[in-house]
Amino acid sequence: MADPAPNPETVSVTVDGMTLSVPKGTRILDACAMAGVDIPHYCYHPGLTAPAQCRMCLVEVEKSPKLVAACTGTVAEGQVILTESDNALKAREGVLEFYLVNHPLDCPVCDQSGECKLQDYVSAEGPAMGRSKEPKRVLGRDDFGGDVLFYADRCVMCTRCVRFMREVAQDERLTVVQRGHRNVIDTFFDEGLDGNLWADNIVDICPVGALVSKDFLHKARAWDLDRSPSICPNCSQGCNVRLETRDNQVMRIKPRPNPEVNAHWMCDYGRLNYEWINRGARIEAPLVRDGGRFVPVSWSDALTRLAEALRSTAGESRAVVSPFAANEDLGLLRRVMDATGGGTGVFRCETGGEVVLPGFPTLALRRDRAANVAGAEVFGFTRVGDGDGFGGLEESAYFTGKLFVLGDELADAPVGFGAGASLFVYVGHFMSPAARNAHIILPATTFAEMEGTFTNVQRRVQRFWPAIQAPGMSRPAWQILGVLLAGISETSAVATAADAFSVLGQVAPREFGALSWADLGQTGSILGGAFAEAGD
Amino acid sequence: MAYPYTHPSEVRVLSKYFGDPEARTLKGWEQRGGYKAARKALGMDPAAVTQVMKDSGLRGRGGAGFPTGMKWGFMPKKEAGKPHFLVCNADESEPGTFKDRELMRWTPHALIEGCIVGCHAIHAEHCYIYVRGEFFEASQVMAIAIEEAYAAGYLGANAMGSGKPIDITLHIGAGAYICGEETGLLNSLEGRRGEPRIKPPYPAIAGAFRFPTAVNNVESLIAAAHIIENGAEWYKQWGTEKSTGTKLFCVSGHVKRPGNYEVPLGFNFKEFIYDVCGGTPSGRPIKAVIPGGSSVPILTGDELDIGMDYEAMAAAGTMLGCGSVIVMDDTVNIVKAVRRMVDFYAHESCGQCTPCREGTAWAAKILRRIENGRGEPDDLDTLLAISDNMSGKTICVLSDAAAAPIVSSIQKFRADYEALMPAGKPALAGASSVGAPIGVR
Repeated sequence: MADPAPNPETVSVTVDGMTLSVPKGTRILDACAMAGVDIPHYCYHPGLTAPAQCRMCLVEVEKSPKLVAACTGTVAEGQVILTESDNALKAREGVLEFYLVNHPLDCPVCDQSGECKLQDYVSAEGPAMGRSKEPKRVLGRDDFGGDVLFYADRCVMCTRCVRFMREVAQDERLTVVQRGHRNVIDTFFDEGLDGNLWADNIVDICPVGALVSKDFLHKARAWDLDRSPSICPNCSQGCNVRLETRDNQVMRIKPRPNPEVNAHWMCDYGRLNYEWINRGARIEAPLVRDGGRFVPVSWSDALTRLAEALRSTAGESRAVVSPFAANEDLGLLRRVMDATGGGTGVFRCETGGEVVLPGFPTLALRRDRAANVAGAEVFGFTRVGDGDGFGGLEESAYFTGKLFVLGDELADAPVGFGAGASLFVYVGHFMSPAARNAHIILPATTFAEMEGTFTNVQRRVQRFWPAIQAPGMSRPAWQILGVLLAGISETSAVATAADAFSVLGQVAPREFGALSWADLGQTGSILGGAFAEAGD
Repeated sequence: MAYPYTHPSEVRVLSKYFGDPEARTLKGWEQRGGYKAARKALGMDPAAVTQVMKDSGLRGRGGAGFPTGMKWGFMPKKEAGKPHFLVCNADESEPGTFKDRELMRWTPHALIEGCIVGCHAIHAEHCYIYVRGEFFEASQVMAIAIEEAYAAGYLGANAMGSGKPIDITLHIGAGAYICGEETGLLNSLEGRRGEPRIKPPYPAIAGAFRFPTAVNNVESLIAAAHIIENGAEWYKQWGTEKSTGTKLFCVSGHVKRPGNYEVPLGFNFKEFIYDVCGGTPSGRPIKAVIPGGSSVPILTGDELDIGMDYEAMAAAGTMLGCGSVIVMDDTVNIVKAVRRMVDFYAHESCGQCTPCREGTAWAAKILRRIENGRGEPDDLDTLLAISDNMSGKTICVLSDAAAAPIVSSIQKFRADYEALMPAGKPALAGASSVGAPIGVR
C-alpha cells in the first residue's frame, strides 16, 4: 500500500502483515491495538507512566537486534512489527513461566479469577506446564487499610498500585520494599491506605488478585456478574461506571473509562455506596386511595383517573423532586406541570466536602451528593433544605393546590404533609408515612432499572442503561409522566427514553435544544447555553 | 616499592604509585608531577580534549569497553541554564574486581585530575563520584583529597585559576551491585530506588537529574588524565590496534600472587596467569578462569593462550569486562562456584524486570539443589531454558550476566554437574541443545 503523498503527521507501520497509518509518536502497543492486535501487558496502564518492567509486551520489530517493549517503544516510518513471531511468542511464554514460579495458583479461591490477566495470558500464550519444582515463596495476606486487602503471593510486581498512589492520587502510601525476588509491595510502617478516598482504584488496576476489595471479598465470581454501563449516582461528578450485578443485585461498582469525566478512576465513596440500590420493600403497583386505604389498580386505571383529576383540578402545582431523578423524569414532570396551570418545584440534596483527585483534577468527589442537581436546576427546580438533604418542606407540606412528589422519600416530612392538597400525586420507589395522604401513588424505577440521562457538574449530559430488573409494575417516571401527558394534552405518548429525551428540548430549548439522543453516545454531550459558551 | 607485588612485565602507568603513601597527599602528588594534566586540559578547547580521547582509542574500563571519547562526543551542545554533569562510577561491585578501590586508595588526586579533565571536556561544572558503600577507606582517602584540592583552589568556583567552576561531590552508595549500572547509579544518586532506567534516552541526553551526563569509570578518568598529559600517540604505544593502552587486572583465586597488575592490553593471558601471577600455589592444573568478572563466560584452563584485549576475548567467546580474573584449580567444583555467583545475582537483582527477578532466584534454587545432590535429569535443560529467557529480555544486563556463567559452565564443565547427580539419575538431557561438551575433564 504505497501512499503517494505521505502525511507528515503520520507514519506507516505494518503489524502482523497489516499496514496502517498511525499518528507519529504512537506507542507500538497502541498501534497494534489499532490493527486489532492485543499485546499482553501488566505494568503498562494508559492512566500511568510506563516503566516497561513486566517484559510481557515484548514484540519483534524487524531490524531491531532485541525484542522491543511495545509499551514504551514508539512507531517509526516503515516499521514492521511482528507480535506473533517465534521470538516474540517464546519471550512472552518465558515471562509467563517466570510469573508462575512463585504464583500460588489459588484461582479457585481468588476473587480475581475470571478477570485475571495472568489467567488470560497464560491460557492464551503460556506454557502448558511450568517446569519449576522448587518450593514457592509464601508471604501471606496483609490488610492495607481502607477497603484494600493485599495477597502478596499473587502479586506480579507490575507496580501499577505504587504508581497510581504516587502519580494520580499523589499520596504516596505504597512502595516496593526489598529488592530482587524478595520485592514486595508494602505500606509505610503502620500507615496504610486509610483515609485516602481513591485507594480502591488500585484494586481495579491490579491485573491479578493481589489487591482485592474487602467489600467484594468472596461475594461473587467474576463470570457470574452481569455488567451494565451506568453513571455513578452518588455525586454530581457523574463518573462513568459499570454496575456489576448478580441475581438482580448490584454487587459492586467499577469505573468505566471516559477521558472527559473520570479518566479510568472513581472515588471510594461513590463505589462503595451502592447498597441502597438493592433495598427491598418497594412499591410494586399503582395505588389509589379509596377512603382510608390504598387499592392497587392497573396502570391504565391509575393514569386515566389521574388524567381526569388533573383536568378537573384548577390552579398551580407544587413539586418536590429528587436530584437522583433522570433529566427525562424531571423534564416530563415540568411538562406535565406546564400543561396543567404551571407551578414551582424544589429539590433537596445532601452535601459534603469536595475532594479533588490531584493527578486528574477535573475529577472530584463533588459537594452535591446526588447525580442530577444540574438537571434539576435546568428544569427550574430550586434547592431547599440543609446539607443533610432534609428540611425546606414548609411551603410544600401545606400546599393547597396540586402537589407532585417525584422520588423524594420525604423521610422528615411533617405530619399531615400534603393533607391539604387538592391533588397529591406521589411518584416514588418506597412507601413513606408522608405518602399516606397521597391521592395516587405511582411506582417508579430507580436509575439502575431504567434508561435515561443525568447532567453532571460540568453540565455534561450522560446516558445510563438498565442494570437490574424493576420490581413489580414499576416503570420509569418519564414513561409514567409521558403517558399521562398524552392523556391531558395533544401529544403522542412517550414510548422510549429517546422519545422522552426529545421532549426535553421543548422544556429547556436553550440547554437541550441542540442535543440529540444519538449524539450522546458513551461519553455524553455538554448542555447548550451561557455556561457552555463561557467554558468553551 | 612494596605494594604487595610487582612484576617486571608490568607497565605501571596508573598504578605507578600504588603502595606509596605520600602520593595520597596533594603535596606528594604534585612532587610526583601531579595536576599537570588537569592544568593542561583546562588550557585546551573542550572539543580538543574530547578529540585527544578519540585519537587515543581509550575504551571505558568499567566493563563494556565503550570508547570514552565517543561517549563525551555524544554530549549535546551546552545550552545556558541547562547544566551538564560528570558522574564518576566508583561503585566497583563486580565480584572479583578491586582496581578502582586501589586507584582511589593510593592515587586519589589522580581521580580528581581525571574528573577535572572530564568536566572540562563535557562542559560540566559539577562532578559526582559515586563510591561503593563498602569502600570505607577509599572514600575517606577521596574525601580528604577533595578537601585538599578545594583548599588549594584546584576545585571550586575558579578551578585552578581557569575562571571555570568545577565542583566534586563524593556520594557514598548504600551497598547495591545494581547501582554500578550507570542508570541505576543515577537513580540512586537522585535518591530513588537503584533501578536501571529504560534507554533511550541515554544519560548523554537525560542523565543525572534529567540533564546531559557522562558516566565514566574511575580507571577511565585517570587514564584520560594521563592521555591529556602525554598525548594520544604516547598511549597508543601499548595495546593492540583496537584495544589501546594499559589496563589494570585484578587477580584472585588459585594463584600464587593475587593482586592488581597493570599490563598492556593484548598481553598473553596464559603468560599473565602462569608468569606474572605465578600459576597455582599448589602446582595443580588450572581448571577454569573467569577473565573479566563474574558476569562473563568462563574459560577452561586450555583456552588461555589468547590476548588480554577486547577483541581476542570476544573471539574466545567471553569478555574482557573490567579485567577481574578469577582462577580456579582442579579442586574446584564449578557448580558450586556458579551457584555462588548466581546467588549473588539473585540477591542483587533490583527486581524490576520479571525475567531477572524470577529467573535469577529460580536458577539459584536449581543450582543449590544440584549442589546438594538432589539434581534431576531435566535440570540442565531447564537451566539452559531459563538462561535463554533471561538473556536480552530486560532493561539492563544483570540478567544476561547471571545467565552467562550458567550457560558456559554447562557447556564446558558438564562433568562437574554429572558428578553431583544422584546415582541412577545421570544428567543426560540438554546435550542436544548445547552441542558436544567442551573441555570436560
